[in-house]
Amino acid sequence: PPTLRIEGKLGAGQDVGRSCILVSIAGKNVMLDCGMHMGFNDDRRFPDFSYITQNGRLTDFLDCVIISHFHLDHCGALPYFSEMVGYDGPIYMTHPTQAICPILLEDYRKIAVDKKGEANFFTSQMIKDCMKKVVAVHLHQTVQVDDELEIKAYYAGHVLGAAMFQIKVGSESVVYTGDYNMTPDRHLGAAWIDKCRPNLLITESTYATTIRDSKRCRERDFLKKVHETVERGGKVLIPVFALGRAQELCILLETFWERMNLKVPIYFSTGLTEKANHYYKLFITWTNQKIRKTFVQRNMFEFKHIKAFDRAFADNPGPMVVFATPGMLHAGQSLQIFRKWAGNEKNMVIMPGYCVQGTVGHKILSGQRKLEMEGRQVLEVKMQVEYMSFSAHADAKGIMQLVGQAEPERVLLVHGEAKKMEFLRQKIEQEFRVSCYMPANGETVTLPTSPSIPVGISLGLLKREMAQGLLPEAKKPRLLHGTLIMKDSSFRLVSSEQALKELGLAEHQLRFTCRVHLQDTRKEQETALRVYSHLKSTLKDHCVQHLPDGSVTVESILIQAAAHSEDPGTKVLLVSWTYQDEELGSFLTALLKKGLPQAPS
Amino acid sequence: MKLYCLSGHPTLPCNVLKFKSTTIMLDCGLDMTSTLNFLPLPLVQSPRLSNLPGWSLKDGNAFLDKELKECSGHVFVDSVPEFCLPETELIDLSTVDVILISNYHCMMALPYITEHTGFTGTVYATEPTVQIGRLLMEELVNFIERVPKAQSASLWKNKDIQRLLPSPLKDAVEVSTWRRCYTMQEVNSALSKIQLVGYSQKIELFGAVQVTPLSSGYALGSSNWIIQSHYEKVSYVSGSSLLTTHPQPMDQASLKNSDVLVLTGLTQIPTANPDGMVGEFCSNLALTVRNGGNVLVPCYPSGVIYDLLECLYQYIDSAGLSNIPFYFISPVANSSLEFSQIFAEWLCHNKQSKVYLPEPPFPHAELIQTNKLKHYPSIHGDFSNDFKQPCVVFTGHPSLRFGDVVHFMELWGKSSLNTVIFTEPDFSYLEALAPYQPLAMKCIYCPIDTRLNFIQVSKLLKEVQPLHVVCPEQYTQPPPAQSHRMDLMIDCQPPAMSYRRADVLALPFKRRYEKIEIMPELADSLVPMEIKPGISLATVSAVLHTKDNKHVLQPPPRPTQPTSGKKRKQRVSEDIPDCQVLKPLLSGSIPVEQFVQTLEKHGFSDIKVEDTAKGHIVLLQEAETLIQIEEDSTHIICDNDEMLRVRLRDLVLKFLQKF
Repeated sequence: PPTLRIEGKLGAGQDVGRSCILVSIAGKNVMLDCGMHMGFNDDRRFPDFSYITQNGRLTDFLDCVIISHFHLDHCGALPYFSEMVGYDGPIYMTHPTQAICPILLEDYRKIAVDKKGEANFFTSQMIKDCMKKVVAVHLHQTVQVDDELEIKAYYAGHVLGAAMFQIKVGSESVVYTGDYNMTPDRHLGAAWIDKCRPNLLITESTYATTIRDSKRCRERDFLKKVHETVERGGKVLIPVFALGRAQELCILLETFWERMNLKVPIYFSTGLTEKANHYYKLFITWTNQKIRKTFVQRNMFEFKHIKAFDRAFADNPGPMVVFATPGMLHAGQSLQIFRKWAGNEKNMVIMPGYCVQGTVGHKILSGQRKLEMEGRQVLEVKMQVEYMSFSAHADAKGIMQLVGQAEPERVLLVHGEAKKMEFLRQKIEQEFRVSCYMPANGETVTLPTSPSIPVGISLGLLKREMAQGLLPEAKKPRLLHGTLIMKDSSFRLVSSEQALKELGLAEHQLRFTCRVHLQDTRKEQETALRVYSHLKSTLKDHCVQHLPDGSVTVESILIQAAAHSEDPGTKVLLVSWTYQDEELGSFLTALLKKGLPQAPS
Repeated sequence: MKLYCLSGHPTLPCNVLKFKSTTIMLDCGLDMTSTLNFLPLPLVQSPRLSNLPGWSLKDGNAFLDKELKECSGHVFVDSVPEFCLPETELIDLSTVDVILISNYHCMMALPYITEHTGFTGTVYATEPTVQIGRLLMEELVNFIERVPKAQSASLWKNKDIQRLLPSPLKDAVEVSTWRRCYTMQEVNSALSKIQLVGYSQKIELFGAVQVTPLSSGYALGSSNWIIQSHYEKVSYVSGSSLLTTHPQPMDQASLKNSDVLVLTGLTQIPTANPDGMVGEFCSNLALTVRNGGNVLVPCYPSGVIYDLLECLYQYIDSAGLSNIPFYFISPVANSSLEFSQIFAEWLCHNKQSKVYLPEPPFPHAELIQTNKLKHYPSIHGDFSNDFKQPCVVFTGHPSLRFGDVVHFMELWGKSSLNTVIFTEPDFSYLEALAPYQPLAMKCIYCPIDTRLNFIQVSKLLKEVQPLHVVCPEQYTQPPPAQSHRMDLMIDCQPPAMSYRRADVLALPFKRRYEKIEIMPELADSLVPMEIKPGISLATVSAVLHTKDNKHVLQPPPRPTQPTSGKKRKQRVSEDIPDCQVLKPLLSGSIPVEQFVQTLEKHGFSDIKVEDTAKGHIVLLQEAETLIQIEEDSTHIICDNDEMLRVRLRDLVLKFLQKF
């Protein structure tokens, strides 16, 4: 039986760490995302691809790989997967993802290899070779991966170029959301999908229970905290990823500084800044409507107040605001600055996004104030630690909204924490009356599907049926009769006559003639007339005719009256019909056998 | 299926396709060549133009001298310029369900259609098409509105008067339907009806038809369209190019297997090679400037100008033109230059990969940065301060009837040092120049039209093999000026069906199949049997459901068992079998010997077989029953013994196949 198999063994499941899902649909195998876990530095960092296939090459097993967006927990393992494990098939992603993904991979590689000295890591050349296997897709374009498998990208918000993907084989389909957000922010629009009614919707559930207060409140909160800190001479560190939240917060601070006429310096720490903002300018069609509409007059990604950061600035006296990468304080410049500033209670660190377990970000957010650093050094955190949920994931309300938009048959939750997911699962099942699954990391979900079978019906047959279906007496559902011709993989439904003709076969006519004896002394013609009036009054829905030659017809059934060769008091009715009229013919002989009603005298 | 042809202009098409239950308009091009009959609208009062003599009839009657002016032997209408709209009477345009736009040049009549015909449907176009189309419309409206003209001439349109006018006014068609330009408000309202689409996006119309835009390689966002159902396919090819310029290459493969291919928008200059023209453009430009003259390039604000700027970017240093200012003057110049840089996904591969660096895809960004290219909304304001000669000016409109170009024609026309270079192929340059005669400035004609030529068309048709080709009649004969060039026409088999304005063509379709879905429960109940090797059959009896143009077959309802609880006396009418419960057809033949053996096996003893001319008669003497068996028929004749008849029937059926 047709099934849909979701392999959770690779990652995702009930974990926000890394996304990697294998979907088997109608015989096609598609890998969704290829993320790495930021919290691990060992083997657990990358998905274990030996789960996909024990023997044989990945290229032979997988029909394609789809990457939803450029965050490393969704694409960080890609060069490892394609170049070190070995995969040569197509990898699909949107244009902005294709542009930005290699830069983040290279950035990450540098931290891992150059700073931490890790061996057996992918090289710059491998990133380049991996990106050569990428095929860029447009939004809403139907990409034909092969004759049967097609994929289609939908706008997901979240970060520049983020997309949700529909994977379709025949009439079976799956939608994978990746990360998305359902409310437009200062630089991106809201995710949108049409009523595509997939068999299964696989949605992230990072904020499964959170229903976040209005964006405006959070923004005001953020600005107030930054403002208060710099007013009292403190320094504000905002760990971010170079692309995404950073641009939104920059726009926010830029306009606030402008309005309040503030002079405190704002820095952006990474060499990527200029470049990052340039990507936003060139891919402006992927931002929200307001930015797109006004970009000719004023490009929102050209900042006046925000300047490039130099490492030496960290020791400058006086207040400042610094955006530094990476966002989870697990390495690089943000961690360096954090170590310098952590000891002063006047300072503040604002974490604007989710931090995975094991990172410094996660530790300080969970209240830890004494951190063990490399070389057994202990860092005491006196600075204020604030968490502001700016990361652009859909909240519970948003997830429900998306389920409502797509109208899936079933929902599968991934990329969240078990307890929160359970709450959302119940809510979805209650509200939409669809089954909702939440597989554990490493669990495989198999779902049966029952696809309908598309066939070609001959227009003659269809028109004949539809014309009759329009008749007023068609109260009961009409039955369509035809012959399904199956040749190779083509299925055609034609009228039985046409099927015979096409196959060069002659029709074999099977005819019955029954003799019914009636007691009637009148002449045959009169008997026939009596038969006619009897049938006419009994069979109101049928066409009963009295022909000039004296015979009676009911539809195509012929009834003739003849004299009995021996008994003049008996007449013989010859009822004749074909096999196609079997029911009616049989009924008529039985009816006539009961005799005719007495003629009213 | 029918095609209503609303425009006679082969590169500015407007056709309506009735396909299954939908009415689809393919493009709505606006024929602007009508404006060539009007006097130019000068931005600055022009004594020359305002002093042109009025035109009078041969007999000296001068009642038209307010409306018609004469310039160097040509007669022009002194009035707000007017455009020739697509036919609006051939078909009720309020019944149009959707409009498909192929490129920004082919949507200029959109406001006339969407705002004044009762149209309530949706327009589909790609994002670059809409954005650049908006710029073209904005520029047009701006050009016309900023030079208000009091006079709107109409006397000359009177049929009896038009007859008396000199050519080409005498021969102008449909002058009564010519209209003034729309307003910005109408433009905005029209554009708000557009839904954005991407290449290879499948758009369902009413469940009956699917339309898909494909890259056509001609301009940013330009598309050809596939209109198809499950068993019919129409390809609409409009303005396509196989040359490598800035847009994404043309998608040819998806046009394969079309029943009908509607072919419009071929090159207007089939004898000119675009590459050669660009070379000529550059060398003429350099020659003029080196001699101290100015160069005027009448152009649209988007399209070929991007390619020309790119050529110049590579050329100016080597040609020693680094100090010559390039001016691009248009109310939408800035927007056009900015927009060109943000459509990475719609560009050719080379330009796309620049964006990945990230660098702007077009080098005009650098020309602007280094101050070599300056852009202005009009000649007024900043431009008049910055203006230095000699220089090169790109400005519109290519018809030379309105826009800043009129000013430069008046300014530079008297000096033979200056040159006007025509690159846009939409207007005859001689006609465009007529109201400026006599002219001292040099005129160079370098039309750059990257659309398909006839050699490319014939290759394309061989490649995609449509069953039928439909095209404007102009493409089925050599151009009038080159009637010996039999190679400058479409040559295909069967010959292309041609159309002219106001024609209605019946498209040669033989629809034979429709898609229907068999529900899984029904599919499970079917019993296929193999009739011939590789061919299986199954008889289907099912309930047909049709909703939103989609057909579904469901299992027949189970016969309801008569409720035994209530022993109600059933009336005869309730027993009457439904005549729609048809039995299948039968096929095969009955081998008499085997049939007799079967009868014997089932207990019939006194069987007698007689041969007849066509077959056999099997007699069951005791039962007074007779079975006539022939090659293609069997006839059972018996007394009214239903049990016996049914037994015999079933024995016969064993030898036959059901359909």
